Amino acid sequence: MGKVIVVTSGKGGVGKTTSTAALGAALAQRGEKVAVVDFDVGLRNLDLVMGAERRVVYDIVNVIQGDAKLPQALIRDKRLENLFLLPASQTRDKDALTPEGVEIVMNDLKRYFDWIVCDSPAGIERGATLAMRHADVAVVVTNPEVSSVRDSDRIIGLLDAKTAKAERGERIEKHLLLTRYDAVRAERGDMLKVEDVLDILSIPLIGIIPESTDVLRASNLGSPVTLADARSAPAMAYFDAVRRLTGEPLPITIPGEKRGIFGKIFGRKAA
Amino acid sequence: MSVFNLFRKQRSAPTARERLQVLLAHERAPAGSDLVAQLREEILAVIARHVELDHDRVRVKMDGDEHVSILEIDVEIPLSAVVQAA
Repeated sequence: MGKVIVVTSGKGGVGKTTSTAALGAALAQRGEKVAVVDFDVGLRNLDLVMGAERRVVYDIVNVIQGDAKLPQALIRDKRLENLFLLPASQTRDKDALTPEGVEIVMNDLKRYFDWIVCDSPAGIERGATLAMRHADVAVVVTNPEVSSVRDSDRIIGLLDAKTAKAERGERIEKHLLLTRYDAVRAERGDMLKVEDVLDILSIPLIGIIPESTDVLRASNLGSPVTLADARSAPAMAYFDAVRRLTGEPLPITIPGEKRGIFGKIFGRKAA
Repeated sequence: MSVFNLFRKQRSAPTARERLQVLLAHERAPAGSDLVAQLREEILAVIARHVELDHDRVRVKMDGDEHVSILEIDVEIPLSAVVQAA
């Protein structure tokens, strides 16, 4: 049976879709059979980031409403034959997802795939709660910024209360993925540090993705960053995150933490 | 500390951290059940009964780990207020 990961954050624009695409592709690059699922009904974007926007015929709402079979709606990635996308509907509203329908689709996906990576919409409404509902693992995407940290805290509370696992009295595995991290600014004391965010949210860290132009470049090209440039800093950080997700005890490294020439000369320390 | 620090703006990350700790300690607690948040409210209320509190001059810090919570309250009381109370 496949494992279900929800990529969630509460706040919008922190990198959920980018991270879903990158983690899904990175898992597939390791030979796992992966489906990435867009839960953002009405504002789908995972298709665009994956470069499959022109190949969408059926979507998750069609499957739930019985207009299409699951294999008809799944889009196979052009670069990786073991990576599939289940797009969200762009025209319906978020009420088109029903809890019963989502459960059937998730159970079907779990039979065919090793990993199902669900891209949650922002917010804490129906779409977000349905995306996390059947998750075994949650990846909480957070920027080192006050509003993102606050919203992540809220989402962690929801994960412990509203998921099927939590309702059965089990613990849902939660991991923090810190994105858009700028080690230089954090070192200067102008940005929350990794330790600050970890102290406040107190869930284990799965990876630190550096702020990087490679991420924008990849989405411009319609490619997960792990496929667009596997040797770029963000791609390597996603590969490491995936290794940790699969249980490898890999020590965390902070990408880009080297001092610039001024830092070396003056040896500044953050307050 | 290098001379350059004299000309730099104060670091903002520690402020962000403190603000979040106070806010989340408050938001995590189901209304009224969090002892530390309740203490903070009541202590400030007691002080406010005797001197006029300027909320910009009150600093609340919360910290702690799984074993202890630390509540730190810094209240600036103007000298004029002390004279009045005496």
